[in-house]
Amino acid sequence: MSMTQFVSLFQAAIVFGTVILYGAMGEILTEKSGNLNLGVPGIMYLGGIAGLAASFFYELNNPAPNPAVCLLLSFLAAFAAAALGGLLFSFLTITLRANQNVTGLAITIFGGGVANFFGGSLNTLAGGVGQISVAATSAVYRAKIPGLSSLAIGDFPLGNLLFGYGFMAYLAIAVAIVLWYFLTRTRAGLNLRSVGENPATADAAGINVTRYQYLATCIGAGISGLGGLYYTMDYIKGTWGNDGTIESLGWLALALVIFSVWRPLNTIWGSYLFGALTWLYFYIPNLTRKDMELFKMLPYLVTIAVLILISTRKKRENQPPAHLGLSYFREER
Amino acid sequence: MRGVTKTFGSVIANDRIDLDIRQGEILSLLGENGSGKTTLMNMLSGIYFPDSGEITVRGQPVTIRSPKDAFDLGIGMIHQHFKLVDVLTASENIVLGLKEKGRLNLREVSARVREICGKYGFSIDPDKKIYDMSVSEKQTVEIVKVLYRGADILILDEPTAVLTPQETDRLFDVLRNMRKDGKSIVIITHKLHEVMAISDRVAVLRKGVFVGEVSTSETDPQKLTDMMVGHAVTLNINRPLVEPRPLRLEVKDLTVLTPEGVRALDQVSFQAFGGEILGVAGISGSGQKELLEAIAGLQTAQPGSHVIYHPPTPDEAIAGAHVPVAPDGEELLGKNPRQIHRIGVSMAFVPEDRLGMGLVGSMGMADNMMLKTYRSGRGPLLNRKPPRALAEKVKQELDVLTPSINTPVRRLSGGNVQKVLVGREIAQEPSVLMTAYAVRGLDINTSYTIYNLLTEEKKKGVAVIFVGEDLDVLLELCDRILVLCAGHVNGIVDGRTATKEEVGLMMTNLRKEAAGV
Amino acid sequence: MSAPVTQHEPAVRIVKRDSIPTWKAWCIRLLAVVLALLLSGLFIFAVTHLNPVAVYQGMFEGAFGSERNTWVTIRDAMMLLCVGVGLAPAFKMRFWNIGAEGQILVGGILTAGLMIHLGYTFSTPILLCIMALASIAAGALWGLIPAIFKARWGTNETLFTLMMNYVAIQLTSYCVALWENPAGSNTVGIINMQTRAGWFPKILGQDCMLNVILVMTLTVGMFLYLKYTKQGYEIAVVGESANTARYAGIKLSRVYIRTMAISGAICGLAGFISVAGAGHTISVDTAGGRGFTAIIVAWLAKFNTFVMILIAFLLAFLEKGAIEIASQFNLNNDASNIITGIILFCIIGSEFFINYKLVFHRRKEAAGK
Repeated sequence: MSMTQFVSLFQAAIVFGTVILYGAMGEILTEKSGNLNLGVPGIMYLGGIAGLAASFFYELNNPAPNPAVCLLLSFLAAFAAAALGGLLFSFLTITLRANQNVTGLAITIFGGGVANFFGGSLNTLAGGVGQISVAATSAVYRAKIPGLSSLAIGDFPLGNLLFGYGFMAYLAIAVAIVLWYFLTRTRAGLNLRSVGENPATADAAGINVTRYQYLATCIGAGISGLGGLYYTMDYIKGTWGNDGTIESLGWLALALVIFSVWRPLNTIWGSYLFGALTWLYFYIPNLTRKDMELFKMLPYLVTIAVLILISTRKKRENQPPAHLGLSYFREER
Repeated sequence: MRGVTKTFGSVIANDRIDLDIRQGEILSLLGENGSGKTTLMNMLSGIYFPDSGEITVRGQPVTIRSPKDAFDLGIGMIHQHFKLVDVLTASENIVLGLKEKGRLNLREVSARVREICGKYGFSIDPDKKIYDMSVSEKQTVEIVKVLYRGADILILDEPTAVLTPQETDRLFDVLRNMRKDGKSIVIITHKLHEVMAISDRVAVLRKGVFVGEVSTSETDPQKLTDMMVGHAVTLNINRPLVEPRPLRLEVKDLTVLTPEGVRALDQVSFQAFGGEILGVAGISGSGQKELLEAIAGLQTAQPGSHVIYHPPTPDEAIAGAHVPVAPDGEELLGKNPRQIHRIGVSMAFVPEDRLGMGLVGSMGMADNMMLKTYRSGRGPLLNRKPPRALAEKVKQELDVLTPSINTPVRRLSGGNVQKVLVGREIAQEPSVLMTAYAVRGLDINTSYTIYNLLTEEKKKGVAVIFVGEDLDVLLELCDRILVLCAGHVNGIVDGRTATKEEVGLMMTNLRKEAAGV
Repeated sequence: MSAPVTQHEPAVRIVKRDSIPTWKAWCIRLLAVVLALLLSGLFIFAVTHLNPVAVYQGMFEGAFGSERNTWVTIRDAMMLLCVGVGLAPAFKMRFWNIGAEGQILVGGILTAGLMIHLGYTFSTPILLCIMALASIAAGALWGLIPAIFKARWGTNETLFTLMMNYVAIQLTSYCVALWENPAGSNTVGIINMQTRAGWFPKILGQDCMLNVILVMTLTVGMFLYLKYTKQGYEIAVVGESANTARYAGIKLSRVYIRTMAISGAICGLAGFISVAGAGHTISVDTAGGRGFTAIIVAWLAKFNTFVMILIAFLLAFLEKGAIEIASQFNLNNDASNIITGIILFCIIGSEFFINYKLVFHRRKEAAGK
């Protein structure tokens, strides 16, 4: 593999990885509270479309859009829409005690429907697929640090490799570190983990189980939604494609949660590894398209291997939260 | 506590109880199973709320509605079932849910934990994960957790039930250190020797009623036993003597380990005969469950254990319907539950939650009747006719109150569920019938129905093993009584001649004579 | 020492219901659907300012307006039903088989492959049998793998089956590339367009009558299997409580593996029906998310296969109807997913009111002073 190819694979991996990194981090936060939200794809859809729609209408009505407003508007819209999806999930599963798997799948159907419906409408409004223009907003998301990104050591484009991404790629790493710190080093994080492991014990210790579950699920969904936002704004440069890519990315994010054994720091390199595995075929010479498809199987196969490994090794730290997927309510006396 | 009363449904768990806990003393709360000790203490720790009566702490009348309220008052309870998160460390569990100021500093927490440990003589590694801990370490974490929250009234619910003698001694040293420090300690127990060893005062409960309190120095185990078990009550249970009584089940050196590796049963040996009811007495958790499960094939026994089954001779009334086995006895250990069942060994175990393992809650009586027999008959289809007929029969004969035999048994009342369970086992025409807690929670009439059923079985020549809680019942129903204590057979006595005091003492490990079989 | 905070008992308490008359439960569900239609109507009105009644009318026409439309709706409902029937035993056992999507696809792949390669070797009836058997085997295998790991090591089946879907999807993409026709189209095209070899034959003049017959047979069969066979009884016991199953001498691992093989097999057969009886092609959309939707169908029907018929038709109606109004009113097809979502949320939420009741009571005075 030549240097240019390596650089290009590296970059592709990071950009691709960042999308699922957001999705996985949000889901880790959610799952740590014991909620298994299979609606991640739907949530990411919601985040993506809300961010896009917000900036689209803003730019449509303002000939000279202010970059800061563009950023704020789309960012908040994406987070809020996704968190609302999380709220819906929380209400159904925590308050109404519905089954988490079923509710999550319904969220995926619903989120995909909403996003593609409005995405399609936006396309129509803009005059056709690929015609949506949120140039100003997309530019903000894609802006690189000027000097740094063109640094090079000899032929090696170090600057481009490390600094050649929009700010959300770095934000994702920051969020992962904050999430790690929150879960392992703070009181609230400790309480949250105990809720996901053993809600009865947490309850007895005076922790408000319901509040923790609601907050973790909604904020987690918000973070997942940012993955959708990054995808629309940066990855596909501020447009909308009705091709179901976000959905498959959402499932990949769920896989990443397992792969990283529920640890935020693992998701960082895990996501880039998934990105690299996904794009690897592109850089291996003489591959037919068939072989490429087989290559794309890799992230899932690796995840299955990890899943089997953690279940056979039985190392306690690596297990899913013990109460994952079950609803908790104090038994009536 | 003054005049504290708590009822569950129609059952009075605590009836106008007055109790004082003084600073700097260890109080034992003594009573048999179901005498209301734990319920009383749960009201102090905020799990239950009393129906009436008042609680005063340091002269102030208080309302305790939640464990948090109790903590705020300095009351902490260590439950029998630990409330710990397995994947967290000791320190993490200890600070769980605390709303302290400042950021979480686990090193500081560990230091304080060590300090508390040093002060009272515990030893524990604050950074060890709970799942790596032994039972006694987990208990220590629970105690430290309570102390960390500043409790000065500690309630321990049967703290020694899960400990080895050495661990118990260590715990008692710690408790004495705490007493020296001015803490008040309540130990819920039914072990007399521990009461004598550790406590300053003893309060005795019997069937929800406060019997009295005495200073430990002014009493002895015999007096305490009398207070605890009360006078024998005549129940007038019919107890015919059946002849002949052939040997049916021979248990030799049966040893069973709990998942934690503790010996739940230690070299248990006894014989059960057809035509008699063998009672099993013992404080709950002495190995009764493991004993029955091991015989029924649900527990793995340690090598060297034997359970030999001697089948009835062909001319006996109960000889039919079962898979024939070697006439001079066959080893049951190593067979699976289904094989053992088909040989003719039945078990009706009424777990605490009743539905836990004997019945399928969402199914009706009819479908539950075939839980163990659904495989009978050829072909892949279920034959629902026999279970339906059986369900109707059980319903009628035992007076099961249910809208129909297809109503999910979950909706039946406790007594009816038990009738279904026992009725099903009897209907298998077993040659060995084991029941545990068959009358738990039942009213008098239903209890008698069950007693009569068991006696009928005995008359047929069945070997009945009856694990019971109420000594009065055991003494009037059973021909012989085996007394289990902490996994040991503490003796087998004749049900017709033994006294309540005698059995009570054996249950609490005071008399250790291996009475002849 | 601070005085304890006095807490009142909450004004509303949630109590589990012992039982509810069936008619009442269905009333609640019906109410949920009505509420969902109202909400969807509001949504439609808000977005399009069209009269929701006219839109619903349009939907109805789209789904059942013509004979052709009706049959397409029936065909789709049958597909959904078939997968739901396949999932029923697994779910009744409380085994979360999220992998139907993959099981359908592997069944479809084998069917398509055999159709392409043996289309000229065997006559259609024989070919159909071979394809059916092959798809059953493939689906069963796909279901078996997670079951074996669950039985042996307790591997989380929800996540395992989920991942198996994507392995199957990529496998499908691979096969599409392999059998591409015409070259460069990245599709397989309609297989055996001229010869119709391996296609479901017309019965009573209807293309998809065989689909109906097959799926209805399965539906009835599964109902009987779960209710009247020893294996069905075992599934019910295992689903209720693993402890009770142990007590009854049931080998859990064997039931897990056997049931998942059956579940996967039927989903695989659904792939066969989808390819040989409907699409006559294979693509990653052959399953089209039905593996997921069917989970909801099976769950909402409480594993009663006859109730599934109802739910499957409701969802198929929504989808077809929404596609119709999309073209009629210039909306896009994805509106159907929104409406489906709303209806699902309402039905899922309504289960709460069937299982629990709310008890309102006056606040008690603090009794323990």
